[in-house]
Amino acid sequence: MSFDATYKEKKLKSVGTRPLRPDGVDKVTGRARYGADFNMPGQLVARVLRSPHAHARIMRIDVSRAVALKGVKAVITAADLPDLTNGNAALYAILDNCMARTKAFYDGHAVAAVAAIDAKVAREALKLIEVEYDVLPHVVDVDAAMAPDAPLLDENLFTQGIDPAPTTPSNVGNRSEFGHGDVESGFAKADVIVERSYKTEQTHQGYIEPHACVASCNVDGTAEMWVCTQGHFVYRQTCADLLGLEVSKLRVTSSEIGGGFGGKTHVWAEPLALALSRKAGRPVKLVMSREEVFRASGPTSQTSIDVKIGATKDGKITAALATLRYSSGPYADSWAETGAMTSFACYDLENVKTVGFEVIVNRPKVAAYRAPSAPMAAFAVESAIDELAHKIGMDSVELRIKNAASEGSRSSYGPIYGPIGIGPTLEAARTHPHMSAPLGKNQGRGMACGFWFNFGGQTCTDLNISADGTVTLAVGTVDVGGSRASLSLIAAEELGISYDDVKAVIADTSTLGYNDMTDGSRGTFSSSMATISAARNAIVTMRERAALMWDIPVEDVAWEEGHAKAVGASYDNRAPLSVKDIAAEAGNTGGPIAGHSELVADGAGVSFGTHICDVEVDPETGATRVIRYTVIQDAGKAVHPAYVEGQYQGGAAQGIGWALNEEYVYGADGRLQNPGFLDYRIPVCSDLPMIDTQILEIPNPNHPYGVRGVGETSIVPPLAAVANAVSDAVGVRMVHVPVSPPRILAALNAKAKG
Amino acid sequence: MTSIAVSTTINGDDVEFLCRADETLLDVLRNRLGLMGAKEGCGTGDCGACSTIMDGRVVCSCLVLGAETEGREIETIEGMANGSDLHPLQSKFIEHAALQCGVCTPGFLMAAKALLAAHPDPTEKEIRFWLAGNLCRCTGYDKIVRAVQDAAAEMRGEGT
Amino acid sequence: MVDVTLWAGLVPLADSQKHLSVQASTIRELLRKLQDRYPGLEGPFKNEVAVAVNGTIYRNDWSQEIPDGAEVFLMRRLAGG
Repeated sequence: MSFDATYKEKKLKSVGTRPLRPDGVDKVTGRARYGADFNMPGQLVARVLRSPHAHARIMRIDVSRAVALKGVKAVITAADLPDLTNGNAALYAILDNCMARTKAFYDGHAVAAVAAIDAKVAREALKLIEVEYDVLPHVVDVDAAMAPDAPLLDENLFTQGIDPAPTTPSNVGNRSEFGHGDVESGFAKADVIVERSYKTEQTHQGYIEPHACVASCNVDGTAEMWVCTQGHFVYRQTCADLLGLEVSKLRVTSSEIGGGFGGKTHVWAEPLALALSRKAGRPVKLVMSREEVFRASGPTSQTSIDVKIGATKDGKITAALATLRYSSGPYADSWAETGAMTSFACYDLENVKTVGFEVIVNRPKVAAYRAPSAPMAAFAVESAIDELAHKIGMDSVELRIKNAASEGSRSSYGPIYGPIGIGPTLEAARTHPHMSAPLGKNQGRGMACGFWFNFGGQTCTDLNISADGTVTLAVGTVDVGGSRASLSLIAAEELGISYDDVKAVIADTSTLGYNDMTDGSRGTFSSSMATISAARNAIVTMRERAALMWDIPVEDVAWEEGHAKAVGASYDNRAPLSVKDIAAEAGNTGGPIAGHSELVADGAGVSFGTHICDVEVDPETGATRVIRYTVIQDAGKAVHPAYVEGQYQGGAAQGIGWALNEEYVYGADGRLQNPGFLDYRIPVCSDLPMIDTQILEIPNPNHPYGVRGVGETSIVPPLAAVANAVSDAVGVRMVHVPVSPPRILAALNAKAKG
Repeated sequence: MTSIAVSTTINGDDVEFLCRADETLLDVLRNRLGLMGAKEGCGTGDCGACSTIMDGRVVCSCLVLGAETEGREIETIEGMANGSDLHPLQSKFIEHAALQCGVCTPGFLMAAKALLAAHPDPTEKEIRFWLAGNLCRCTGYDKIVRAVQDAAAEMRGEGT
Repeated sequence: MVDVTLWAGLVPLADSQKHLSVQASTIRELLRKLQDRYPGLEGPFKNEVAVAVNGTIYRNDWSQEIPDGAEVFLMRRLAGG
């Protein structure tokens, strides 16, 4: 890459300001179009038939009565989706998850789908499909699934990463291990050791917009899809692979997205809409119900984690060990491995070891959820650190500062850190007024730290300068939280023009090159890099055009503050040319002016945060109210601070929900008992206080403005921060989230009984 | 199936439509009248993304039958701005960054409008409880509450 | 020379070696030489590997230069939300 991404300190005019977002008016007037807000002529309505069983072999499916129903235009089963995955296990898992092939692996697993003239006919058709199941024993709990006598989901699954390789199958997909030093000798040096087991329950991203798409396959092999997604290029590739379409003939347009948080990085029903459209020869609209979203689109892992930490009396950690078990739904993935990598990433440890086990269970296929796998590991580790501080009699912030990683520390997952922000977030926490505010009766305070990697990836951007000098910025990363505003700021900064003169849009897959998804906190990081690169390319062209307009050598044209300037004594009297001046003459100086950029935006800086939480617990009911909450996080550089604050607040709120209320509840029959917002309770407005934020800016050396990803880290500390606060309030160590009223009451009762 | 003929008022205009007995107001707005601003987040009255105002009261339009709106007055997000002048709540939501993905925003604006009609000077607690029927998963509600407070002050004629 | 550490999943494919030394000045050269030495690495190298060079993680950037004496970790490419 010829583009120099190195951070250079400079005074910024646009970046760091808080202008109005470009999609704001559309979104407050109801004009913004989301997944379900698009229709095509002659479109059909799709509905999906789902397994009521947690684990069952599919013996027979008879769709003949549904096909015969008037108004039904297509019915599909797995037979309509032949296996084209060519040995790619990850792709096969997606295929099998979209439509069960031989077995239904969870309550809600799709087994057939219908396209009909309207929803009513489609619903009736589903009732006419006969499925004969051979119901099998099931297992939904991560620990139960590891027991030697647990029902097996896959008789051909032999745990990887164990030497020698096991000879009997199990529900454990793989074992992973990270660390350095020698934990045994480290524990031998410890004066104090904390050792505990923790559990976290499965939660859903809970985006308010259900998955929705309109798919249209034509007889000439072309196809179009309108869909809410975090990555339309990735959806295009996956759908093309699964359906045997040519990638470039499938045009995918991303709608406005009503929340994703990782859940829209993965296809769930979109390939079914395409398959139905192909079979019916008409466009097909497929919108999931909320119940389907909970039962059949990916939640995060349920986990079970053991942590052991040893320290000297003066608070130096001598050894840290964690064993992490993550459920992944019916198909083994690498969620436990990610958890194992992140567990101790905040700390500078001489002896550390983490071991992850990936466990398959009869629950929906797990998808990424905001800093996937990190919040659970942080819950366990930060709870143990809190307990360690109590045991030693040391302030919990001081203990963390004493052991915090810094530039040059070896991370627990291997590499040595560059400049990082964990220390500064802790120092900010130590002096924050929140830490010393008085607490009342039944109140408690907790704090915790969190880490996330952040990613870059493949990115491309087009920057077109119109004849009036305004700029259209076409980006390929879906805007999930205001990135069009931040990228417009970046373009304005780099070109030296007004924010109001930039209009950012999300291009579809046929009008821009491939882009990775908006995941891994990469949206603004990566697309800003490509935008800066594109703007610099446009400036090269504008300097050439200015040289032509002035009839001077291009070497004598500089670019300063949005203007071409002739440098050298002989050009003294030339007024600088603005972007508008140059654009107005473009037709005569070589045609349209644009800057393009295709790059891999690597070098995303790792991110750290520290949260402080106060709660009040009602000892009669076990109900917990968060009364004060503070987020401190390193942003590298906050491009649009209001939306950075929004990411901090939103992640904290999701984490608070996870910590206090949210969980998948399964019955003995393996069916999900709470697939709706009434019983799966996400935080509502009256549950929360204002969420204070403090943005730190420790520049990322690998971005021209020092930007780091900011989207995900904020969900990592809350589970532990809230649980530590509750433990402080009730005087019992809470080790199972959510710390819901029944769990708190049980803990209080156990304490009362001694 | 026989359709039902309904005469109602939507955003001040007389509207007539036909719907089946089992169609909700949300279905009618979105599928028959082309008013897509109300969103279906759950279909069970739990998320508030489909909030509209019926005879001055906030309702989940997924829980109201289309046929029930005979003779009623319905307000939707599409009628909130006065021509090209945004309602103060709309302006303040943008100004305070009170939306990220924005899918819950029409519902919040409807609920907040009804709140300010009933309580022009609400406390933070009143705002939080009035808006407790509207789920937002992006913002943590902080900036939404501030936007409503600021809009209320502006509507009371207090400078901000 | 650069010192390379493999993540545990790759070790069985590299003759049980966890730490290796390779003469390489770019990520491309590093991956090519490792794959020449241990052909079993070809599969994971296609799209499962991220390369941390002195602590900075690169997912798919062959042209990235590796300074002499750099510390390199091969990590699994992770998903984000």
